[in-house]
Amino acid sequence: MELSEHIKTANVEDVTLRRPFHPALRGTLCVTSHHLLFSDRKDEASWQLLILLKNIDAIEKSVENLFGYPRAMGSSGTITIKCKDLLVLQLEIPGMEECLNIASSIEALSSLESVTEMYPFFYRPSHLTLNGPWGLSSTEQYYKQTERLWDRWRVSTVNSDYSVCPSYPSAVIVPREVDDDKLIRSARFRQGGRFPVLSYCHHRNGMVIMRSSQPLTGANKKRCKEDELLLQAVIDGSELGYIIDLRSAQQAQQARMTGGGFESKSFYSHWKRIHRHHERGKIVQESLIKLVEACSDPSHSVDRWLSKLENSKWLSHVHSALSTAGLVVECVERDGHSVLVHGSEGTDNTLLVSSLAQLILDPASRTVTGFLCLLEREWIQAGHPFQQRCAHSAYSHARLKQECPIFLLLLDCVWQVWRQFPLALEFSEALLLRLAQEVYASNYGTFLCNSEQERCAAGVKENTHCLFQSLLRPDIEEQYLNPLYEPTDLAIWPSVHPQSLQLWTGLFLRWTEYAQNMEEAREEVWSIVKEHHEQAGPDRTNNTLSTHCDTLTPFENLMDELTIL
Amino acid sequence: MEHIITPKVEYVKLLNTYPEKKSALGTLYLTATHLIYVEQTNNNARTETWVLHHHILSVEKLPLTASGCPLLIRCKTFQLLHLLFQRERDCQDVFQSLLRLSQPVKEEELYAFLYNPHQNEEDRRQGWEFISVANDFSRMGLSNEYWEISHLNKNYEICSTYPSILGLPKNASVAVVTGSAKFRSRGRLPVLSYYHKDTKAALCRCSQPLSGLTSRCVEDEQMLQAISQANSNCPFIYVVDTRPKLNAMANRAAGKGYENEDNYSNIRFQFQGIENIHIMRNSLQKLLEVCSMKSPSMSDYLTGLENSGWLRHIKSVMDAGVFLAKAVCDERVSVLVHCSDGWDRTAQVCSLACILLDPYYRTIKGLMVLIEKEWISFGHKFSHRCGHLDTDPKEVSPVFTQFLECVWQLSEQFPCVFEFNERYLIEIHNQVYACQYGNFIGKTARTHTHKHTCMLHEKTFSLWPYLLKNQHLYRNPLYRRSLESTVLRPSTLPLHFKFWCGMYNHYDRGMHPKQSVLDQLLSLTQKQVEGERTMTELQRVSGFVEVLSVWRGIRLI
Repeated sequence: MELSEHIKTANVEDVTLRRPFHPALRGTLCVTSHHLLFSDRKDEASWQLLILLKNIDAIEKSVENLFGYPRAMGSSGTITIKCKDLLVLQLEIPGMEECLNIASSIEALSSLESVTEMYPFFYRPSHLTLNGPWGLSSTEQYYKQTERLWDRWRVSTVNSDYSVCPSYPSAVIVPREVDDDKLIRSARFRQGGRFPVLSYCHHRNGMVIMRSSQPLTGANKKRCKEDELLLQAVIDGSELGYIIDLRSAQQAQQARMTGGGFESKSFYSHWKRIHRHHERGKIVQESLIKLVEACSDPSHSVDRWLSKLENSKWLSHVHSALSTAGLVVECVERDGHSVLVHGSEGTDNTLLVSSLAQLILDPASRTVTGFLCLLEREWIQAGHPFQQRCAHSAYSHARLKQECPIFLLLLDCVWQVWRQFPLALEFSEALLLRLAQEVYASNYGTFLCNSEQERCAAGVKENTHCLFQSLLRPDIEEQYLNPLYEPTDLAIWPSVHPQSLQLWTGLFLRWTEYAQNMEEAREEVWSIVKEHHEQAGPDRTNNTLSTHCDTLTPFENLMDELTIL
Repeated sequence: MEHIITPKVEYVKLLNTYPEKKSALGTLYLTATHLIYVEQTNNNARTETWVLHHHILSVEKLPLTASGCPLLIRCKTFQLLHLLFQRERDCQDVFQSLLRLSQPVKEEELYAFLYNPHQNEEDRRQGWEFISVANDFSRMGLSNEYWEISHLNKNYEICSTYPSILGLPKNASVAVVTGSAKFRSRGRLPVLSYYHKDTKAALCRCSQPLSGLTSRCVEDEQMLQAISQANSNCPFIYVVDTRPKLNAMANRAAGKGYENEDNYSNIRFQFQGIENIHIMRNSLQKLLEVCSMKSPSMSDYLTGLENSGWLRHIKSVMDAGVFLAKAVCDERVSVLVHCSDGWDRTAQVCSLACILLDPYYRTIKGLMVLIEKEWISFGHKFSHRCGHLDTDPKEVSPVFTQFLECVWQLSEQFPCVFEFNERYLIEIHNQVYACQYGNFIGKTARTHTHKHTCMLHEKTFSLWPYLLKNQHLYRNPLYRRSLESTVLRPSTLPLHFKFWCGMYNHYDRGMHPKQSVLDQLLSLTQKQVEGERTMTELQRVSGFVEVLSVWRGIRLI
């Protein structure tokens, strides 16, 4: 069936559009295969609204005059459109039939399941060409750049045809002394074939963060010599390693009944297992739904709000994620041990914790390029099933399948880190917000599909543009940069006291007046920084302000004194 | 000094709030004014913790442990010191000394009477004249066609807890004024708080009427009529009782109460439902328990925050302030506000409405004027509410703290409209409790006399010049003067009310952001400000002395 066959009414005149902060507009509404367009036709070349149909999470229609009572004005209907980026807007459409047609077109076209029918395959802007580089880096390139790895680690292409692990990229980094045969055996012993691979090597001490899925020990406590050897090779003999299991000890025990399990002390004698409970899947999705519902609750009761906020558990998930990432950092940076992180499948919380730990540890991952590379390596290449997880967002009435906003949770955690270390990240909140939007609906192919294998099969690299490449164009938008950025080599440990964590208003109150006030503040910060640079003159590199978190300027000392007394 | 049993105790441990951090070992000193803890570190660096005795809220001896005798000191600045003594005797001595030192009995024992910032008498006098309520009246455009500055209360005879100059409607006769005062609790008659030039609407304040179940007073009714007539834009006024209706009704049985709409022509009566000082005190107590929980889960914290009711109360104050501002600015209606005595809730909501209405009060100096006007001159009982002296604990209540928090909540919603930053609010809060300066001393119904004020002005110093000298610390670098003329219309949806970590967990540095945008922006903009400061300092004759005293002032907080 052609996409256009879903469109029964393509154009409706005299539609009224209502959205936050804009006066109601009257104009023409137009549905295309991938977009909803609204134009008041004052200026032929422009439109007032252009949203990707894929961005639409839920659509609610209320049709007046449903039972055919004749009215002088004729019948009309209102469509409320709730987007995955949390925007809510209303369209008043004259004509009941037109209204129902538009609604059913939107419903059908916003939930396309075939990847190649999605908009990124049709997006062809004049300033981009399809022949350009796709993606920022590869496993091989990462290996080449990380000199510390060369001695004891190697790139294995055992998964080049994706047969060992369908969700892994074609190349992975593993200990040099473990050959591909052993990897294949280890993969058979891990859920979904996700055998332990290198995620990060700490630049200070060479300790590594590994990630995998759970071992398939099952009820009979099966073991796998190769898997044990693989992990033994990671810690290289006598040292100690930590396994951070993202399930409670009880859950890990229960997993054995369904064929899963955990690394037992007796077979992995050099590894110490720590359990940290993390919610997953449906529970996290429902948290998002509850939180977004709470944020749009018009009630004026503070108690009700706080109770809903608590009840959503969203901040509890933020708290757990940052705490466990902190634990990983503690093992690697403070205690000097390598770490293996896994939960069950190793495609969600595992990636969340390992990438947050890297952001905290590694100054290189705090630049715009570094952060996007981190996302590419740890989420896209590592096989986070974006298509399944981000099929719906907070408003959808559809029955939940595999949706889970783990990536949004990551962005929230990164925002919390930024709030506590506002100088340490090169990128701004705006970049996080942009990513939060792109992951659900995008012109670009970056977040399509569930794994590299699927992306290859669908020809994503050949037929779509890469978001990260586009974000990193030389004229990167100022708004994605942090004007106060000052690189620091230190680990940036966020506080995980509940008092230190806040609701990410930038995302959850994005479409309120509050966001406009924050935007003013952001502009003001930029103008102060620019003014300062102008005053400092061209040789401002000579009088850089060194206010890293370890060195306090005299001024700060004074302030400390003031507040301590 | 006679209260200090042991001036120095060695090998005292200062326990850290966070179990993961090591506790410090050091020496404790007791001076006439401060408790000083000097930490001995390996590399000979000294870290000093100074706590003003007046800031100590309570001292508690905890049960003996294997490692020593613990002493828990809670401060009005929300600092918590957990000390561990080796010898029980030392602990007991310090405990007893602090009990006495932290609860002065006589006014003369307050720090302000000892404190000398090395200023001469002329500076002291000028300091006290620096903020003038009269100037603020003329800034609003008084006297004018409808309102006049009255000296009827020159000798505090009409109302002892009111300022000597009052803003009154021009057409209210002396008989009406005095008659109305007699019908109001403690003589606190309806007077002008803020006059909005553009709309001609006025914000007025008073105490509850002595209406009881049936009484009425013609002069009081005429007084309200006069207020109404002073605003030609609107034929009626709002009368806002900030109390919950139930509380107001209970007062009727005691011969007080609220205005009967049948007796007053052209009023629209309204309750606002702000709870009384006792409920606020208990709520803060619960909030502080949440703040000092040892490693709470997110749910514990949020549930605790909800159960404390604190943010609900903050919102109720904000809601009332927003109502007043909207009435005056959008509806062009004059408003008369009261609670019971009209010095707690009334002060909160009037000053908040002023901030919403007039950008002047959002400046560093403007906030001083506002506090001087709505709080000090209108007789907010700072001494009782802050527990300056050893008095009835039931009189203590965080009324002023709530006002400061409302301002902070606004600054979170509008980051560019305040000239000052969060530190200014916290500094003012600490100073109100410190009694280092005379501004907040002796504000009780009994001591609010002309003679007392003169005595204070002779023996103590004013806080405002000190704050102004340090204003570079309190600047908000994001302040945009171009937004000056706007009325603030905050959202009062519950999700905009946040927990103020910077205030209630101020001393838990680990909870705060590790890098400060404020410091960064202040240092980026410092050059420019330094230039401005040099100018002002050159204009002063005693430049050097002042720089010195600024520095000393910081040391001695």
